[in-house]
Amino acid sequence: MSILVNKDTKVIVQGFTGKEGTFHAEQCLDYGTNIVGGVTPNKGGQEHLGKPVFNTVSDAVKTTNATVSMIFVPPAFVGDAVMEAAEAGIELAVIITEGAPVKDMQMAKAYATKHGMKTIGPNCPGIITAEECKIGIMPGMIFKKGNVGLISKSGTLTYEGANQVCNEGYGITTAVGIGGDPIIGLSYKQILPMFEADPETEAIVMIGEIGGDLEIQAAKLIKEQITKPVVAFIAGQTAPKGKTMGHAGAIVSGSAGTAKEKMEALEAAGVKVVVSPAEIGKAVAEVLGK
Amino acid sequence: MNVHEYQAKQIFAEYGVATPKGIMVESVDAAVDAAKELGGPVWVVKAQIHAGGRGLGGGVKLAKSLEEVRTLADEILGMTLVTHQTTAEGKLVQKLYIEDGADIKDEFYLSVVLDRKLEMPLIMASTEGGMNIEDVAENTPEKIITVPVDPTIGFQGFHGRELAFGLGITDKVEQRNIITFAQKLFKVYMDKDAEMIEINPLVRTRNGEFLALDGKMGFDNSALGRQPEIAAMRDFSEEDPDEVEAAKYGLSYVALDGEIGCMVNGAGLAMGTMDTINHMGGTPANFLDVGGSANAQTVAKGFEIILKNPNVKAIFVNIFGGIVRCDRIANGIIEATKITDVNVPVIVRLDGTNAPEAAEILKGANISNLIVGDDLGDGAAKAVAAAKGN
Repeated sequence: MSILVNKDTKVIVQGFTGKEGTFHAEQCLDYGTNIVGGVTPNKGGQEHLGKPVFNTVSDAVKTTNATVSMIFVPPAFVGDAVMEAAEAGIELAVIITEGAPVKDMQMAKAYATKHGMKTIGPNCPGIITAEECKIGIMPGMIFKKGNVGLISKSGTLTYEGANQVCNEGYGITTAVGIGGDPIIGLSYKQILPMFEADPETEAIVMIGEIGGDLEIQAAKLIKEQITKPVVAFIAGQTAPKGKTMGHAGAIVSGSAGTAKEKMEALEAAGVKVVVSPAEIGKAVAEVLGK
Repeated sequence: MNVHEYQAKQIFAEYGVATPKGIMVESVDAAVDAAKELGGPVWVVKAQIHAGGRGLGGGVKLAKSLEEVRTLADEILGMTLVTHQTTAEGKLVQKLYIEDGADIKDEFYLSVVLDRKLEMPLIMASTEGGMNIEDVAENTPEKIITVPVDPTIGFQGFHGRELAFGLGITDKVEQRNIITFAQKLFKVYMDKDAEMIEINPLVRTRNGEFLALDGKMGFDNSALGRQPEIAAMRDFSEEDPDEVEAAKYGLSYVALDGEIGCMVNGAGLAMGTMDTINHMGGTPANFLDVGGSANAQTVAKGFEIILKNPNVKAIFVNIFGGIVRCDRIANGIIEATKITDVNVPVIVRLDGTNAPEAAEILKGANISNLIVGDDLGDGAAKAVAAAKGN
């Protein structure tokens, strides 16, 4: 078992024939991901990496019955690509592209929600169900199959966390890199209950960072709904205060989004909070009682 | 990216968001000429720097004669302005905005920001104009009105009415004036991919009109590609030269005041590395994310920037290779030692993609003070020890 994706998930790639799309789609295919085709306008009818190319997501979905799309289109076209996927009936869009304008993501996410499409990212490493399905840019070899679910805003901390868990002799069910942009798709609040419901996941690693209040919302949810042990790290305890012109955004959220505040909220919710990412692996071993 | 007040007001003017008339100048003589052109009888001489609190710092003053404009321009231009939003060293004033005095009845606060929780723009307003809005939020939160605007429907009449009634504006003409003002401002926010617009104070004149007496704008960096006229407003002299230099090479750099230089891939791991150093009793000298496309040249540049800081006593290179290949980083380290004199211990931890190849490359390197860290914790511990001279 796993969450969101597995070896049977049918995946298409938007921005399939571009440099990034090609490189990473190939890596995903090597990992065993069931990529059934891709979309690049004006290249419909061609074949790429041994898979069919379509002009539109709608064509791709009709022909392949894909349910998940991995998006690699350039930043200016991300909003459009996400909305196209939603319209075509895709159930989950994994947006890897970095640098999508925030305004476009507001529109795209609202539209995706209206169509019942889940999104992950943008600006994220993607999602991987260990030894089954990799939809993203993470180095697949460090994710050994096991019983720990992982959620992280940061890409490299996802790798760091997974690597430590595996070095302690455990492994990963599914790891989700949710991205650190101001507007993101699935977050802790939606993913934690999925891990809670997944029979194979026995512990959860949650990696957050300064800014926003998603981790605070997560703490509240953990207290109420999560019975499995959670290990958390919040990056940015020593980060200098943001060099913004004003703090209007922070006022809105009713908090400054500091690491300290998030760590305290998580601790109060019964989470094992570590002060350095170097301690994630040991903390997992501890909560799993090895 | 942020812009100056005079630039924000240029953008406002394009959209009919009312502001007092003003002219940006860079010399005392030009300031007097600008004052003559505006006509007076009173003018405001305003320092143009990217920070709030200019008035309290002595950077905004009222002149009642052309002679006074000259005296004040001479005093403010070239001064180093320290406010609660600048560093202790302050910022050099290189530009002034000479503005017509306004006929002020009272002052309000108005801003448009992104509400990350609601995932949409939010208009914030208050009758407590001219105050530090953080203080208002802290002490009298009931005096702040918030009106979220769903971008898929845009600014509607009801948004405007919530704002007008919320601010206690009862006169019908004035209600129409504030609603139109906010509607235009919201259009600026959306059209220009702004991250935030803040007008503090927004003034009501004795004629019942509303004027932006101040204007701050910040923009979404990701959208600058389609906003060339905004991108052209960037004033590099307002930014840290090392950060600007680093950005040219795809490096994200922020100077800190510690002793251990850090070079890391990924913002999260970079912050996590700083936290680990701190936890082990050391102090980070900088935040540096080499980004996803790091190569030998960018790594060498990173070393050069880190070593410019005289406080650096050791450098910790912490890479978990995903898209970034460790062998490229290793080559960069060797490249750096050829270009720059690396005279402090370098602690290197490389894991992930092509880590074994990288280890071989570093073995072949003739660097006397290169220390290998086995993992994040080990590397950080060795960096802290090295910085202490152990």
